[in-house]
Amino acid sequence: MTVASIPNQPSVLLVDDEVDFVEALTKRLRRRGFAVQGVASGQEALDVLARQHVDVVILDVLMPGMDGIETLRHIKERFPDVRVVLLSGHGGEDLGVRGMAYGAFAYLLKPVGLQRLVEVAIQASEHAAFR
Amino acid sequence: MAVALSLRKAIIGTVFGFSFVPLFLLGWVVYGMFASVYHAKVRENLAILAEDKRNAIDLFLRDQATQLRVLAYSQPVERLSSQEVMDSLLVLLQQRSHVIVDLGLIDEEGNHIVYSGPYNLRNVNYKNEEWFHLVRMKNLYISDVFTGFRGFPHIIIAVAKKENGKDWILRATINSEIFDSFVRTLQIGKKGDAYIVNKYGEIQTKPRFSGKNTSIVKDIIESNFSGVRLVEGEMDGRAVYIAGVWLQEKDWIVIVEEDKHSELEPLMRTRTMTILVSGGGLLCVLVGVFVVSRMIVAHQERHDREQARLNEELVQSSKMAALGKLAAGVAHEVNNPLAVIREQAGWIRDLLEEQDVQSSPNFQELYDAVVKIEQHVERAGNVVHRMLGFARRMEPVRIEVSIPDIMRQTVLFLENEMHFRNINLHWDIEENIPLVETDPAQVQQVILNIVDNAIDAIGKNGNITMGASYDPKEGCVCVRIRDDGPGMDKETQARIFDPFFTTKQVGEGTGLGLSISYSIINRLGGSIRFVSQLGEGTEFLICLPVRKGSETE
Ligand SMILES: Nc1ncnc2c1ncn2[C@@H]1O[C@H](COP(=O)(O)OP(=O)(O)O)[C@@H](O)[C@H]1O
Ligand SMILES: [Mg+2]
Repeated sequence: MTVASIPNQPSVLLVDDEVDFVEALTKRLRRRGFAVQGVASGQEALDVLARQHVDVVILDVLMPGMDGIETLRHIKERFPDVRVVLLSGHGGEDLGVRGMAYGAFAYLLKPVGLQRLVEVAIQASEHAAFR
Repeated sequence: MAVALSLRKAIIGTVFGFSFVPLFLLGWVVYGMFASVYHAKVRENLAILAEDKRNAIDLFLRDQATQLRVLAYSQPVERLSSQEVMDSLLVLLQQRSHVIVDLGLIDEEGNHIVYSGPYNLRNVNYKNEEWFHLVRMKNLYISDVFTGFRGFPHIIIAVAKKENGKDWILRATINSEIFDSFVRTLQIGKKGDAYIVNKYGEIQTKPRFSGKNTSIVKDIIESNFSGVRLVEGEMDGRAVYIAGVWLQEKDWIVIVEEDKHSELEPLMRTRTMTILVSGGGLLCVLVGVFVVSRMIVAHQERHDREQARLNEELVQSSKMAALGKLAAGVAHEVNNPLAVIREQAGWIRDLLEEQDVQSSPNFQELYDAVVKIEQHVERAGNVVHRMLGFARRMEPVRIEVSIPDIMRQTVLFLENEMHFRNINLHWDIEENIPLVETDPAQVQQVILNIVDNAIDAIGKNGNITMGASYDPKEGCVCVRIRDDGPGMDKETQARIFDPFFTTKQVGEGTGLGLSISYSIINRLGGSIRFVSQLGEGTEFLICLPVRKGSETE
């Protein structure tokens, strides 16, 4: 996967309470041509969405404070066009399934390979563009 | 077993106590009452006998005295003095009772005026005899038995009358054998005796046995009493009842002896009977208690074993639940840093693609390091994954599957390994095993774990037998996996379902296989058990319900 393969630089917002994880993933996705921002909580994510346009939100399900599902509901309420990809670890499967019901675009099980994440993110952004 | 033994002792003791004591008391009381009634009856009989006899003798004496008195008062002395009259009177009297031996008239001076009888007593003078004075005082006299002038035992009865200002005495002699015959009818039983004693304790009749203990009789005579006096004592070395009763007409006492032993013989028989019956009853109770206690103890033991098994299962499953939570917690905590490491390593890998880095002299070193990091993150990830598999709360799928088919498929994975180790596989699958509604992947994992262990246990050269059967009573399909490996000692047996318990070398065994299997089977509503014998091998038994009822977590 190279920068060149992504034509219109989809904008991605990465939400995960594990800061180092967000940092590394942000750098890696940017390298692959995404316009990436990373935040550590649901509230921050909503703040960012209020300020600027984002195509895809990659959202961790298990977070302290406002969890992934709640964040998802707020996003879908206020920014229905934004695609949300849920990332869930073990024990969060049922949350993930519920998330789909709230309108998530996809839900991926951790650990997810970068390759797969990129693919899904592109699909999501294309889906968004198509709408 | 010690508990069972003491339980048994307690049952036997209690029942025995509760039956022995009443039985004993019953026997004792009934016998005691019977004995006292019997004793009373014996004594009463004796008293009645003695009294009857006393009455008869009294009657006899009264009769004789009256007869004599009638004679004396109805005839004037003048007539009585005539020998012929006296002779004819004697004949008259003897017609009525032949016990009268002779008859005589005596004057004031003691001279025998007339005598009718077989002896020559005509000229005998009675002036100095004691009775002679007594009869003049009391008008009637009855003597003790004596031999006197006549030379055979007799008594005399005399009456006095006044005529012409003079005292006259009419006297009859009675053969005292009559008294012997009176008492003879009372000499009953083998040892019974009866006789008459005067107020000095001298025996008046012929007793049946000699050697009388006169002191007892004396005691009776000396004690003041009316009616019948009953005592117990020794007579001639035998225990006896003695009844004594005074005559009314004479200061004689009728003594009746009864042998206590022969009298009480029926009572002794009763006692023996009572003891026998009680003993028999007790024996029945004993046998009954023995049998019942054995049954109870056996039941209790069965129950205890069952309870112990249930407890064990309960402990095991709660252990599983607790460890599941722990495992889940640990896994999450480890998972996050692993994800970070994975991504950071990925970032390094990304950077290694840069031209300038690739030309650096340490590029290969860095690249290898990244690969190693990724490898080991992967490895750690797998461990975490397994732990989570064990803690997973995922709903198992439910499909109708054939357990024998799953067994055959599973074994396919291990065939090479078995072949290589020279392990023979045997099948023992029953016909007509119904389909089971369960999660085939999970069942497969369990079978795989167990067969894996069996192969590890055998090492090289051995046999594994895989069996399947249907238990229609429980509605279960059972899988048996038996190996002829070394088996397990008791300590190992107690711990094999514990997570991370392994006897294998580091890197070879995780100790998770059986604990995961346990929680899987538990979740599927089945049961997993095993028997193992050191030196003989191990058999695992898995039972799965054909249709699952309630969900167990
Ligand atoms: N068939 C068997 N024969 C002898 N020992 C066994 C057998 N199956 C299991 N064990 C014992 O139980 C232990 C635990 O087994 P398991 O939970 O599968 O973990 P692991 O196989 O990783 O050691 C084994 O290490 C072994 O000591
Ligand atoms: Mg094992």
